[in-house]
Amino acid sequence: MRGFPAIAIASGKGGTGKTTGAVHLAALLAAQGRAVQYLDCDVEEPNGHLFLKPQIEASASASIPIPAVDAAKCTSCGKCAEVCEFNAIAMLKKPLVFPELCHGCGACALVCPFGAIRETPRAIGAVEIGCAGAIAFAQGRLNVGEPMSPPLIRAVKAKRIPEAIALLDAPPGTSCPVVATVRGADFVVLVTEPTPFGLHDLHLAVDTLRPLGRPLGVVVNRADEDRRVQDFCRARDIPLLAELPDDRRVAETYARGELLFDRLPEWRGHFEKLWACIEERL
Amino acid sequence: MKVVITSTAKILADPIDMHFGRAKVFILADTETGKAVAHDNAQNLHAAQGAGIQSAETVARLGAEAVVTGSVGPKAYKALQAAGIKIALVEAVCPGTEALRRFKDNELPVLDKPNSEGHWV
Repeated sequence: MRGFPAIAIASGKGGTGKTTGAVHLAALLAAQGRAVQYLDCDVEEPNGHLFLKPQIEASASASIPIPAVDAAKCTSCGKCAEVCEFNAIAMLKKPLVFPELCHGCGACALVCPFGAIRETPRAIGAVEIGCAGAIAFAQGRLNVGEPMSPPLIRAVKAKRIPEAIALLDAPPGTSCPVVATVRGADFVVLVTEPTPFGLHDLHLAVDTLRPLGRPLGVVVNRADEDRRVQDFCRARDIPLLAELPDDRRVAETYARGELLFDRLPEWRGHFEKLWACIEERL
Repeated sequence: MKVVITSTAKILADPIDMHFGRAKVFILADTETGKAVAHDNAQNLHAAQGAGIQSAETVARLGAEAVVTGSVGPKAYKALQAAGIKIALVEAVCPGTEALRRFKDNELPVLDKPNSEGHWV
């Protein structure tokens, strides 16, 4: 394998075990003496810190540039509103900016013939870095009520340490925040569960991620006799990386915010096998 | 005075559309001459976000001084206010002709704040 790959852990459906997978892979690699970094890109509700309990060493505000219109220079020509893909500027008597719709692309400032648009930062959240034992740690915290998470996710990923294996804990779903997380990853682990919902959302996740050209594999968490996810993977030629057993003790340990390996040593074996399976595909 | 009625179809007598931003059709009616012209709003019907903003721009471009509709979200309200367009509300679906008559007779309350939540996808 190459030296220090970035592995994204995503799912489609929420609550399937992304964070469980990501924090335990991080703990496993750190215990093996390998340089590893955990990056929580689920910035709307980062929870990896509950298990890794990092010391936060630095926190920085993250923002996106939004347009501010200089009324003295603006002629109400409407070019800014026309170019905006996100309806963030309405041309009425004067341009009216809707900051919460702005993606910060900068097109309005670029097309304004009169230099009337200046970009000003709008805070959307914070990026925190630190360490949890030997695991380097980074997470984003999106401001409450803030809809624009991809720029914060990119800010978290900018904290990546090149000399460590990166584990990117993705948000659920299949929209922009997931794409922002997975973009540039060397491998994507899709964690799912053997339920109709798990399969349905896995289907969506595969259809979203395949065009990005990232190699991917599936982990079935809480595996049982329902084999539809496995059948789907076979039909779509997606490697099945692991089937993790349904174990009530895992849920109990998770609910206490603890890692599994001390109390349930056999779970170290499950994650060793999973990592071996990932590593041979890098 | 030119007024836009949000409509579910292209004829003024058709039922009005209770939603402003994603209204199917805008019917521009002239309160003096009674002339009514339908304008399609299909592109906003399917907009992910900002439908109300685009709709407000369309209404402003049509030169309307007022809108008669059922509900207006926060961004559309802000945009219509900025354009100086009055918002008159009907409380239930009715034919556009009736909405227009009630508007002319000053029977419809004028909206002074948004009366609908924004929609996120």
